[in-house]
Amino acid sequence: MFYFYPVLRLFGLSFLPEGNWDLGKLRELVSDSFYAQTLWFTTWQATVSTVLTMALALPGAYVFARFKFRGKSLLQAFTTVPFVLPTVVVAAAFRALLGPHGLVNDWLMAGFNLSSAPIQIDRTIWFFLLAHIFYNYTVVLRIVGGFWAHLESDLTEAAQMLGASGWQAFRNVTLPLLWPAISAAMLLIFIFCFSSFGVILILGGPRFATIEVEIYRQAVHLFNLPVAAALSLIQIIFTFSLMWIFTWLQRKTAVDLNPVSQVASQVRAVSKVQKITVRANVCFMLLFLGAPMLALLIRSLTADGGFTFTFYTALFQNRSQSIFFVPPIEAVMNSLLFALAAMSMALVLGTLAATYLAGPKNRGTSLLDPLFMIPLSTSAVTLGFGFIVALDRPPLNLRTSVILVPIAHTLVAFPFVVRSLLPALRGIPRSLREAASVLGASPWEVWRTVDLPIVGRALLVGAVFAFAVSLGEFGATVFVARPQTPTMPLAIFRFLSQPGSLNYGQAMAMSSILMLVTAAGFLFLEKFRIGTIGRF
Amino acid sequence: MKKILLPILACLVLGLPSSLRDVRAESARVITVMSHDSLNISKEVVAEFEKTNHVTIRFLKAGDAGAALNKAILSKRNPLADIFFGVDNTFLSRALDADIFIPYASPLLAEVHDELKIDPSNRMLPVDFGDVCLNYDKKWFAKKGISPPKTLEDLTKPAYKGLTVVENPATSSPGLAFLLATIGKFGQEGYLEYWKKLKDNDVLVTNGWEEAYWGQFSAASDGDRPIVVSYATSPPAEVYFSKEPLKEAPTAAILSPGSSFRQIEFVGILKGTKKLDLAKKLIDFMLDRKFQEDMPLQMFVFPVNKSAILPEVFRKHSKVANYMNRVTLDQISANREKWINEWRKLVLR
Repeated sequence: MFYFYPVLRLFGLSFLPEGNWDLGKLRELVSDSFYAQTLWFTTWQATVSTVLTMALALPGAYVFARFKFRGKSLLQAFTTVPFVLPTVVVAAAFRALLGPHGLVNDWLMAGFNLSSAPIQIDRTIWFFLLAHIFYNYTVVLRIVGGFWAHLESDLTEAAQMLGASGWQAFRNVTLPLLWPAISAAMLLIFIFCFSSFGVILILGGPRFATIEVEIYRQAVHLFNLPVAAALSLIQIIFTFSLMWIFTWLQRKTAVDLNPVSQVASQVRAVSKVQKITVRANVCFMLLFLGAPMLALLIRSLTADGGFTFTFYTALFQNRSQSIFFVPPIEAVMNSLLFALAAMSMALVLGTLAATYLAGPKNRGTSLLDPLFMIPLSTSAVTLGFGFIVALDRPPLNLRTSVILVPIAHTLVAFPFVVRSLLPALRGIPRSLREAASVLGASPWEVWRTVDLPIVGRALLVGAVFAFAVSLGEFGATVFVARPQTPTMPLAIFRFLSQPGSLNYGQAMAMSSILMLVTAAGFLFLEKFRIGTIGRF
Repeated sequence: MKKILLPILACLVLGLPSSLRDVRAESARVITVMSHDSLNISKEVVAEFEKTNHVTIRFLKAGDAGAALNKAILSKRNPLADIFFGVDNTFLSRALDADIFIPYASPLLAEVHDELKIDPSNRMLPVDFGDVCLNYDKKWFAKKGISPPKTLEDLTKPAYKGLTVVENPATSSPGLAFLLATIGKFGQEGYLEYWKKLKDNDVLVTNGWEEAYWGQFSAASDGDRPIVVSYATSPPAEVYFSKEPLKEAPTAAILSPGSSFRQIEFVGILKGTKKLDLAKKLIDFMLDRKFQEDMPLQMFVFPVNKSAILPEVFRKHSKVANYMNRVTLDQISANREKWINEWRKLVLR
């Protein structure tokens, strides 16, 4: 209701201004090759981003799934932090590191006596590909890693005993078993990058445009709703068909598994090779994900080469007596509240949806499965304008209500929950459920005692993403904003909208607080696994 | 599972009162102001209006200038607010064509500079203005021993190759304003030629002001471009929001004849308001000295009221362009899309 109704209303308004099909403005879409190029570029960059992220993150997922090492849960929490950072802030972080006057270039120039910066990634394709990997690394780590941890290593070992090489065993045994989780992660990353907006807009520069960027330009700057709606529709149909194929493949490949406790499947690294693998991956994560975040933290604590707390103390002062001043504590509380609300809604809805999808196959499930993913690929502008048009009458006059915030966050978070749950749910052998039923358990009891313990970890992964999606304020343009309930990302944007070194410093300070709060939130969520579910 | 749900439920219940606050406020005497995200006012000024008129002002921020206006137009049938603030002169024709405002000839208009009153129907009343122009990094030019540029033509000279960053007029409002400045200066026939020279001189284009200023401008970031398109009020903002007190602004604005574009921001009463009298009072208040003198330090814009006194940091560190825009409102509304498309084809390909 909160998705299809608003979007359809907006489409209606755009295509049928006076009850007639008005196709005049749409002719431009077909005649101008610019739009075809945009579609091609959007697909291309999403594919490359997905493949690169997979290649870099799979080894990390392996290490997290199979080995125990010190500081693991802390590291895992921090790898998910990039997910919530505003694009402007990520851009600043990468530039502090790799920009023409960034740390790496300064170091290289001093070390090799170079006169100009050797690394020039600003405004190149590499810059936003890098950012996409930075954002999505954690998706692979959590979804694939989480699933992998519950796979029996017996099968792989058996294959190796029968004479298969390590690579053969991986390719013929582990990979097919892992495929449901891998494909789920790939699907999410692809859609995420396909509808990429801020990353391309800010890091790519004006030469690159995705469909999402073009929708925003048409809808906001030109107020050309028919073209914007048509582009939205193209985006939706395109992703829908991709997902339809993908989810169809995923259903076909689900294998029954005997899930094992991760306690049993995880060992300490013993052999030299294992130790090197673990260390190399941890180093990679620290360097690639940690360094930009560290650069931000340093930036927020230094001014003119010296250490300072100025920016943090300034956060608490309302210098200009503005009525829109954001007390930092309040911003943190608002963010957490919205995140918890969105998380619980997304978990409930996502679990119901995933349970249904994992059930017996029928026409409904094969259509609904890709349908559930659509909110993630819908332009925020389309949804925002749709809300304005559709929710304007009681009982649904919610346009300015705070309730709309967690609802919109839930829409985006929901696909993450469904995707992380499905592979685990589909992997539960039917015999287990049947056995429970035969022994007299009610459907609810079966779910609680069989499904829940097995999917506990996947549920947690879903929860983490739902929490992160909301904290990161995805699609902030959706709302008629509420200055009375500011969140952390909104506070950051507010600082960055006016010149002055103090504003910049405060934005960095607020970003650092956002990172810490997020990491703390993840660590807190992780605790639940140890306490209640996920161990069996 | 229960252990997870309980704290969540608790939080939800605790969070509920804050959402109910909105609902309760609705029923009391409330006037709603819808605006873009950059609106800023002092607490004290809001309190004064609220006290005199026994009313509460509720604010709704609806995105950047373009998005906010579009949302106001889309909610025409059942407006979200009584007053809308923040339509600028580049969007004015869209607002007037959509016919969402009621005319109001405020008595306070007598206090406003005549050249800023550009809507004869008085549906849109000017509230503030700012000049979009080039800013440069004083320290950078002093260090290199190059004299800073003075005019738009200077930017195409070899001495300034690769030094300038501008915003994309297709996605940024200062970007569009600067494009209009170049059209005013070089004419509809000549501006593309100017941009071609600028492109050959390695101009950098970003999509938004934030990226240009915080990402590329050498005076504000790690960037290496000492010339940026920003506002004439950016130098006083640099002084006001500096880490430690500054005697002199680190940046300066270029305001030679024809090198800037004046953005004027308007307010209007939305059609369908049930609080017409109150809305009129609020508009009068916004044009009066108290509010007009509060704006400069809150939003870094200039007052339209002739008798408003500027704060010290403005008197010391800012200038106002002493000429008007050379592109007219009619020209903008007729050619906006065409100009942007031509620019895109030339500069971005």
